[in-house]
Amino acid sequence: MSESNASPERPPLVRLSQVHLSFGSNHVLKGIDLRVRQGDAVSIIGPSGSGKSTILRCINGLLTPERGEVVVGGTPVHSLRTEAERIALRKRIGFVFQQYNLFPHLTVLQNIVLAPTRILGLERETAEREARELLAKVRLADKDDAYPGQLSGGQQQRVAIARALAMRPDLVLFDEVTSALDPETVGEVLSVIRQLVEDGMTCLLVTHEMRFAEEVSHEIVFTEGGEIVEHGTPRDIFHAPRNPRTHAFINALRN
Amino acid sequence: MASEDILTLKTSPSPRVLPRIPSIVLWIGAVALAWLVLAHFYRDTMSTLWAWAPLLAGGLRMNVLISVLAIAIGTVLGAIVGALELSRGRWIGAPAKAYVQVFRNAPILVLIFFATYVFPFEIRFGSTYLPFPDWIKATIGLALPASAHIAEIFRGAILSITSAQWEASASLGLSRSQTLRWVILPQCVKRVLPPWMNLYAMITMSTTLASLVGVTELLESAKNATNTVNRTDFTIIIYLAVLTLFFLYCYPITRFTARLERKYAFH
Repeated sequence: MSESNASPERPPLVRLSQVHLSFGSNHVLKGIDLRVRQGDAVSIIGPSGSGKSTILRCINGLLTPERGEVVVGGTPVHSLRTEAERIALRKRIGFVFQQYNLFPHLTVLQNIVLAPTRILGLERETAEREARELLAKVRLADKDDAYPGQLSGGQQQRVAIARALAMRPDLVLFDEVTSALDPETVGEVLSVIRQLVEDGMTCLLVTHEMRFAEEVSHEIVFTEGGEIVEHGTPRDIFHAPRNPRTHAFINALRN
Repeated sequence: MASEDILTLKTSPSPRVLPRIPSIVLWIGAVALAWLVLAHFYRDTMSTLWAWAPLLAGGLRMNVLISVLAIAIGTVLGAIVGALELSRGRWIGAPAKAYVQVFRNAPILVLIFFATYVFPFEIRFGSTYLPFPDWIKATIGLALPASAHIAEIFRGAILSITSAQWEASASLGLSRSQTLRWVILPQCVKRVLPPWMNLYAMITMSTTLASLVGVTELLESAKNATNTVNRTDFTIIIYLAVLTLFFLYCYPITRFTARLERKYAFH
């Protein structure tokens, strides 16, 4: 899959150049360079605390880097100053969280249509029809009236994916979306993401599911200590890593 | 809902010999029984009390009116002040915090006196004079500390919602105020309800302070009655009646609050 899609002439949808960010004295990102092309699935792997989730939050403007550029589809995210500008950006970017973060007081259907009706201004019928289509796509067609608290973790995460997709995003960011799940429900979430990638959705994933990352990604990025140590095709990173730190990380997982 | 299933699971294992009678029924039954006994032994005193009952009922109506108005004003004001307290702007947040501290640390009786003597007895609108009765001033005196407490209740509830809800809302393109209105406050209602009702019960009991500025509410009516009748047995029984009436009004509220607290403990 990676070979067929990796035509270099496609322009990047996401471009990070020399992004630096600190939380107090903790230098989390130390000059991140990253490109995600339209239609690609890119997985960021690496040890905990290496700044993976922080990268995602810089892309949708939840965090603002101190230095460097973040450009998403022509929008300079690093220089957005007002809430209205950030909202315009976030409408185009789906974000799926580790802890799902569904709205517990709303039903599954209400969770999905809230932003499309209120923010995009879709008609309620249109939004609900699309929501039901998305629920069918994530194989939860019968759960539209359930509250998040009545669903399993895997089901909640699939609703969260449907909620993100309901905004018709250009790009979806996945932040360790299977890390809080039982092993038996991880598969159902991954298969939804796999389907998305096959449909051509641009996806940037932070993940610890190495086998899955290897299988669906067009490119793997290995981060450690706030830097991108190595990036390349799944085959290169997992089977022929050039950097010794990547090698050590992959090997540690194998054993 | 799931939480109720958990509750029944927890409480069901102990087998009950007697049918479970709600404690509220027991309490009200006990109070009624006590009054029947009193009525039997002090027939004469009770008939005097009965004669004064319409006056007492009118007094109680005033307590209910003041308490409902005070909590209504306090809730609207408190919700606004509570939201302002969380504002990022220093020029908005600091005055709101000061407001809360001032009125939370002021004795209610002093506020009632203050409101009574600070406001005029009538307000002039052009050429018409609107009366500004003492009971409304007392209501303001109660509404001010109520609003400060409610502001703190709201602030605490808003802060108790995990920041992930703000993050998720922002990621969907919601502004901060939209997030507050559609995501955070609806989740706060459940958490706010029990302390809010507790506060209402407290306010209701504090309405008796209005008697000190000459408002004819239940306590003032009882005082007038005892002064007129001037008999020790009647004095005892009428104050018992006043206590009973407040108990019957406030106890169900506290019970209901406790039930809500249990119901929402798992959310």
